[in-house]
Amino acid sequence: MSVNPHEADARHDMRTPLARARGLGSAKHGVGHWWIERVTATALIPLSLWFVWLVLRLPRLDFDAAHALVANPINAGLLILFTAVSFWHGALGLQVVIEDYVHTRWVELALLVLVKFLAVLGALACALAVLRIWLGAY
Amino acid sequence: MQHARPLSPHLGIYEWRITMVLSILHRVTGVFLCLGAVLLAWGLIALAGNDATWATFSGFCASGIGTALLICWTFALMLHLCNGIRHLFWDAGAGFDKSQYFTSAWVVVIVSIALTVVVWLWVVLAGGVP
Repeated sequence: MSVNPHEADARHDMRTPLARARGLGSAKHGVGHWWIERVTATALIPLSLWFVWLVLRLPRLDFDAAHALVANPINAGLLILFTAVSFWHGALGLQVVIEDYVHTRWVELALLVLVKFLAVLGALACALAVLRIWLGAY
Repeated sequence: MQHARPLSPHLGIYEWRITMVLSILHRVTGVFLCLGAVLLAWGLIALAGNDATWATFSGFCASGIGTALLICWTFALMLHLCNGIRHLFWDAGAGFDKSQYFTSAWVVVIVSIALTVVVWLWVVLAGGVP
């Protein structure tokens, strides 16, 4: 995405090479993955409890009742948020599991890319479905 | 295949502790919940369709296997949620005493079982399961 901070402005950077490398790790992404995993986890505490509460309001699985519930703008908005953050958090978690247990490099790489693709696809499909229910209600 | 070199001790040699069970379950439930996300996507797409697509989805949820899976997903969500909060406390630097992490482990187990029971009692009492 951006320029490697190792090389960016190296001539103007007064820090030592050690100071620049510290915290970056072997992937050169620093604590980004770790931090976003925690941020999405924190967001999912209220969102997942809200989602359980939403589902509990439809115990009879009636189509019209479910449709009306999701068509409510607040529910629709929170559902898009919940699904998007869930797929994001899930992709980050699966990434760690794959990196830990898959030791054949090309299989690992293929799975990592596949998980990212599926997460984006899943989040997009959920968002479009919710939007269709919400906007179709008018 | 014969290994001439010694291997470091693995899972089989350790006495089981609640802390290691929860550590393993956190990963297992995390991966399992990713499969649950597929069901969630299916449900929303079915709801965006028509009566027939929704009937296929709700039929699966009300089936024996569907209900059993939903109960497992409820427990997985509650356990991952409670243990996730436990992890966030650790990330903030709290709860590292030996007595604290054993206590918090049992709190996670009890609270997640209790929440699962409450959710499914609600479903049964509201007439959700045939």
